Amino acid sequence: MKILNWAAAGVALLALAACAPSTAPSASGGDDKSGTLRVWLFDEPNRAPKEKVVAEAIKEFGAANADVKVEVTYIPTTPARHEKFKGAFNDPASAPDVAEYGNTDLAEYAAAGGFADLSADLRSWPEGKDVGADLLKSATVDGKVYGLPWFIGIRALYYRTDVFEELGLKPPTTIENLTSAAREIRKKKPELYGVAVGGEYTFGALPFVWDAGGDIESLDSPEARKGVQAYTDLLSDDNCPPQTCASLTGGKTVELFASGKAAMGILGNFSRSAVDAGAAAGKYAVVPLPGAKEGAIAPAFSGGNNLGVMKSSKHRSLAVKFLQLLGGKAYQTKMYEAMGNLPTLTSARDELAAKDSFLKPFLDTVAAGTRFVPIDPAWVKIDNQKVIPTMLQKIATKQATVEQATAEAAAAVKAAFGRS
Amino acid sequence: MTAVTTAPADPETRVRRSPPRPRGRLRPWLYLLPSAAVLLPLFGYPIYMLGLLSVFDYRQAQVSGGEPTRFIGFDNYATLLGDQRFWSVLAQTVVFAAALVIATLAVGAALAVVLTKAGRVPRLLLSLAAMAAWAAPAMTGSTVWMFLFDADLGLVNQLLGIEGYNWFYDKWVTFGIVGATVVWHSFPFVMVTLYAGIQAVPSSVLEAAALDGASAWHSFWRVIVPMLRPLVTIVVIQSIIWDFKIFTQIYVMTNGGGIAGQNSVLNVYAYQTAFGSSEYGLGSAIGVIMTLILLVVTLLYIRALYRSGEKL
Repeated sequence: MKILNWAAAGVALLALAACAPSTAPSASGGDDKSGTLRVWLFDEPNRAPKEKVVAEAIKEFGAANADVKVEVTYIPTTPARHEKFKGAFNDPASAPDVAEYGNTDLAEYAAAGGFADLSADLRSWPEGKDVGADLLKSATVDGKVYGLPWFIGIRALYYRTDVFEELGLKPPTTIENLTSAAREIRKKKPELYGVAVGGEYTFGALPFVWDAGGDIESLDSPEARKGVQAYTDLLSDDNCPPQTCASLTGGKTVELFASGKAAMGILGNFSRSAVDAGAAAGKYAVVPLPGAKEGAIAPAFSGGNNLGVMKSSKHRSLAVKFLQLLGGKAYQTKMYEAMGNLPTLTSARDELAAKDSFLKPFLDTVAAGTRFVPIDPAWVKIDNQKVIPTMLQKIATKQATVEQATAEAAAAVKAAFGRS
Repeated sequence: MTAVTTAPADPETRVRRSPPRPRGRLRPWLYLLPSAAVLLPLFGYPIYMLGLLSVFDYRQAQVSGGEPTRFIGFDNYATLLGDQRFWSVLAQTVVFAAALVIATLAVGAALAVVLTKAGRVPRLLLSLAAMAAWAAPAMTGSTVWMFLFDADLGLVNQLLGIEGYNWFYDKWVTFGIVGATVVWHSFPFVMVTLYAGIQAVPSSVLEAAALDGASAWHSFWRVIVPMLRPLVTIVVIQSIIWDFKIFTQIYVMTNGGGIAGQNSVLNVYAYQTAFGSSEYGLGSAIGVIMTLILLVVTLLYIRALYRSGEKL
C-alpha cells in the first residue's frame, strides 16, 4: 500500500512538472459576411441620446447590409471594464467584434494582443486622414494603429453663474483664486461645496500636478508635491469635507455639480448633457481650469475613446465598415450633438467650434497644450491599484503627510513600471 | 470534519475476515469513490491550478499576448512576504475574521436558545426572518445594507437625523457596518444548527439537571454545550472558513477596499492583484497562502479538541 501511495505522489509531481498553465489560443478571427456583429460601447450616466445615435447608425448599416444583425452591449466604465475586456481576450467566443475603449487602456490591451491592427484600413479610408497626428498617436503602439480615435474629452472648470453673481465673485484665473473663491462660497453658503473635488478623481488632480511641473513618473518631486498640495488643500472642511469627498470619483463630482450641490466642478465637455439634465441647467458657464500663474491654463488630460476591432472577430471587414460608419464625420457630429463628445476629425471639430461657443474654453485648453498618461501597460496597473487615489485619500484623511504619501505613490509607480 | 464512526468489532466477522483479503481493504476506497468523483474535479483541479499558477510568471501578456510562461519557483511568494501591504492586510483580515466568528456564534447561539424558549408564533417569525437573511444573496444583502447606511438617502441617517454622515469614512466604523452585514448573513446557519442540536438533547437530562438545582445558565453551559460539542466544532470551523474568506460584503460595500484601501481583506486583495493588476501568478500565491492558513487553523482546532479528550 505504501508503494502505491508513493507512486501516486510521484505521478502527481510529474503532472505538476509537465504542464505549464495554458495560454489562450491565439485568435486569428475570420471574415464572414453575414451573421451577428457584436458591438461593445460604454455605458454613460445619461445614455439615452447615445443609444439613439447608435440606433440610427445601426439602421443605416442595416440598410446596406441586410443579412447582418448588429447587437450592442453597453459595458460599465468602472474598473470592471478591465475584467470585461480581459475576459474577451481570453475567450474569443464571448468577445465582441467592435469595441469602444478608453485610450488610457490601450497599452495594456495592445500588450494582451486583443485588438487588430487597423493601420491599413485607416490609411485607405478618406476620412481617416482627417484625424490629427497627435490623436492618432494615442491609438498607436509600436507603430501599429489599434483603433480609430472616436472622440476626445477635455476637462475645464464649470461654475455656477448665479452663485458667482450673488456673491460678487469673478471666474477664477489662478489656482489661488479658485481656492479662495471656493472657500468663500462654502463659508457663505454652507449647503454648497465650493468646488467639487474627489479623492478618487485622478484626472481632476493631475492638471494641478502637471501645472506645477510635476508628472506621474515623478510624484515625489518638489514640483509634483506642490501640485498635490494644491489639490488636496481643496479636500478639506472649508471646501469639500473629506468625510464626503475623500471617496468621490470624477463621475460623482459631475453628479454633485449637476444636482446643484457644488458651485464649481472640474468637468469634461462630455458632461454637458448630464449637467443640462440636472438642477444646474442654464445657470452655469465654463472657463479653462486656471494654472498657478495668472492667465495660465492648467494642462488638461487628453483622454478619449477609440473604436477598435477585436483580433478574434469573425467578421473583420464588416466590423471595419461599421467602425468607419460610426466613427465617420456624420456620426461624430451627431455624437457631439447628443453627448457633447468632441470629434477627433479636425474638419468636424472646426465646423462645430464655429457654430457653438460652448466649445471655446475646451478648445482653448487644447490649444494651451494637453497631457497624457504614459502609454505603457504600467499605467493600467497604476490606475488599477488606485495609486493616485490612495495618495490623495491618505493626505485628505490625514493618514499621511504630502511628503509621505507622494513618496509611497512614487515607489508604487516605479514598481509598476518595473514589473510590467 | 464529520464524525468518523468505527464499526463495532463483531467477534464473529473478525474471525471470518482474518486474514484480511485485498477486497476488504479496498472497500473504504470504494465507498469514498462517489464523493471523490465530485470533489476531485470541483475542488482538486482548481486548487491544483492555483498552486501551479503561483509558481509561474503569469500575467496578461502570458494569458492572451502569446508570451511564453516562465517557471519562477517561489519568487511570487518571496515578493508577497516582502510586501508591507500584504502583512497589514493579512493582520486586519485575521482580526476582522476572529471578531466575526465570535459575533456570529454569540448571536446564533443566543437566538437558538431564544427559539427553544419562544412560543409558536414568535418562533415562526424569528425563523422566517432568519431564513430570509440566509437566503439573501451576499450581493443583494450588501447593497441593501449600503442603502440603509447611505450618507444622504439612507434610512438610518434619516431616523437618526444625521443626514450627510458618511458611515464608510472611518476605518473601524466601516468594518463595524460590514461586520454587521456579514453576521446578519451567517448567523442563521449557526442558529438553525444549534437549535436542532438543543432539540435533540434528551429532556430527561435537563430535568435531572434541574432537579439537582442547576439554573438555566448553568444547564446551558454545563449540560447543553458539552453535549453539543461536535456541532459547535462544525459551526466554528465553518464560520472561520467563511469569515476568513470574506469577499462580497467588503468588495461591494467599501467599493473594493474603502478609502485608501484601509478596509481591504485578503480575498479582495488577492482578487485585485490577480484580476485588477493582471498579476495572475501573484494573486494565486495569495490564494495558496490563504488555503494553507485555513488548513492549519482547522487542523489545530480539531487537534486541540482531541487533546482535551473530547471525541468529535
